[in-house]
Amino acid sequence: MSPDQVLWLAAILFGIGAFGLVTRRNALVAFMCVELMLNAANLVLVTMSHVVGGLDGQVAAFFVMVVAAAEVVVGLSIIVMVYRARRSTSVDEASLLKL
Amino acid sequence: MTQIPAPTFEWLELAPVLVVLVAACVGILLEALLRRESRFLAQIVVAEVGLLAALVFAVANWREGRIGSLAMGSVSLDGPAYLSWTALLVFGLLALSVFAERNLNDGASSFVASAASIPGSRHEREASAAGHEHSEVFPLALFSLAGMMVFTASGDLLTMFVALEVMSLPLYLLSGLARQRRLLSHESALKYFLLGSFASAFFLFGMALLYGYAGSFDIAALNQAVSAPLLGRGFLYAGMGLLAVGLLFKIGVVPFQSWVPDVYTGAPTPVTGFMAICTKLAALVGLARVFFVALGGERWTWQPVLAVLAVLTMAVGVVLALTQTDIKRLLAYSAISHAGFLLTAVVGAYQEVGSGQVNSFGAIAFYLIAYGFSTIAAFAVVTMVRNESGEATRLSDWAGLAKRNPWLASAFAVLLLSFAGIPLTGGFIGKWAVFASAWAGGFEWLAITGVAFSLVAAYFYLKVIVAMFFLEPAEGVEVGRASAFTIAPIAVGVAATVYLGLFPGPVMDLIAAAQVFAR
Repeated sequence: MSPDQVLWLAAILFGIGAFGLVTRRNALVAFMCVELMLNAANLVLVTMSHVVGGLDGQVAAFFVMVVAAAEVVVGLSIIVMVYRARRSTSVDEASLLKL
Repeated sequence: MTQIPAPTFEWLELAPVLVVLVAACVGILLEALLRRESRFLAQIVVAEVGLLAALVFAVANWREGRIGSLAMGSVSLDGPAYLSWTALLVFGLLALSVFAERNLNDGASSFVASAASIPGSRHEREASAAGHEHSEVFPLALFSLAGMMVFTASGDLLTMFVALEVMSLPLYLLSGLARQRRLLSHESALKYFLLGSFASAFFLFGMALLYGYAGSFDIAALNQAVSAPLLGRGFLYAGMGLLAVGLLFKIGVVPFQSWVPDVYTGAPTPVTGFMAICTKLAALVGLARVFFVALGGERWTWQPVLAVLAVLTMAVGVVLALTQTDIKRLLAYSAISHAGFLLTAVVGAYQEVGSGQVNSFGAIAFYLIAYGFSTIAAFAVVTMVRNESGEATRLSDWAGLAKRNPWLASAFAVLLLSFAGIPLTGGFIGKWAVFASAWAGGFEWLAITGVAFSLVAAYFYLKVIVAMFFLEPAEGVEVGRASAFTIAPIAVGVAATVYLGLFPGPVMDLIAAAQVFAR
């Protein structure tokens, strides 16, 4: 499998994540889309590490996983807090602040 | 068997960051060990002492001239890093002092009694009545500050990404902890979190592509790869663009500004003051480091794009600020317009200066220092104007403030004049510096556009001043009796604003001696 194919896959995953975040209305699903984008970046890092011939990229992927885990903790606590107050996680209903 | 060399770590040089992190960890321990009544005071002491100690270390190291590449190249400690560390620590001290105010709210802080309680529930009322408080806000702010400090001094993109998250995650939580108007606060936390993590995903993907292009995360290696290209430029342009999205989001540049007004409005006002300057400072120094050092060889590519964004940012910030009726939203749109003014200096990317003059980064640094003092003081003033339900943020509530409290109104007027860039205030010198560096960098049209927009912007600041001084006082609004925790930052902010306007020389010299990035 050539690196090009993997990079295209990563780009597609990133695109799906970005598109999903913009279009989906459920905060949880939107959050999952962010995780998808982070993992797409991980795929690029590992592939590039293979192409470049160093371990930096693979180590970076571990860092990203740890960061993503920390982000889940913070993100879920915020989403649960919002859900408890409103009984809904829809992003559309969160519109008290006008633009 | 191959030996793995032990990583080197320069404890003394990194002491300012480490002290802040240790203070934050001590704060977490205090939460577990101390009784509830004594926690808040203990947290204030730990946070302020920690920041003061870190400031002493930073200034001492700076005077000793300890610069260089630290921690295996992941931290690059140079003049701009020291400048931003010192500024961040001073602003942190002032902003955290506003966090500690408890007189305005009948003995309670601006933070919710129990974040887990449902707004309007019995649990919430019980927690408030029992005097519970979230004193974790201090460690959270310290963690965020440590992230910002590392972010401004990152020597590679991976450190930068981790620091970006360390500075952002506590802020997402802090913005959801307001005591009043909790639903708004929740909503701002949700928006900030979703959009913020969206932006950091862009940053990460851009970083991965640049790694593929340069074969290293090092900012210096990236600089070499840009000047001597081995591969096609596709990765470089894609990576540069995506990385820029992440950074511009944090600064609040159009089209990534939509979170700014909502989060500034929904977050507790002390937190708004903290992030309004500290996040912006960290993100702008990071942007300057990436674009001046790592991608300086590609300036012909990014300058026109950032120039267009700067104009759009100024336009959106200024035009929408004209229509605002809420003081926090007004200050938020004003923050967007300031992001645009600051971006003009980034576009100028003017580096060749004689000794004693400021280059583009120096102009940005001066602007941020002047803006930071005014911003923290301005949001501290906002916490003091109150009606029976809490902070009175409608502009109509601010009418006739001078008749109720001439001192506060005058202080706020000075701050607004500085935002507007009226001579004899720090804001004027800052605007002068950034527009001059845009001009010197060959973007005369951008400098002229900036001046035009700042003239329009003066209108809505003056509108508030006129309302405060010449209209009849609004009903049911009063100026709260704040303790020294709020008064001191306001006094320092106003004094610094005036001082920087009258005597910019010493600070300018300091900046001019420390404005060159290590390469």
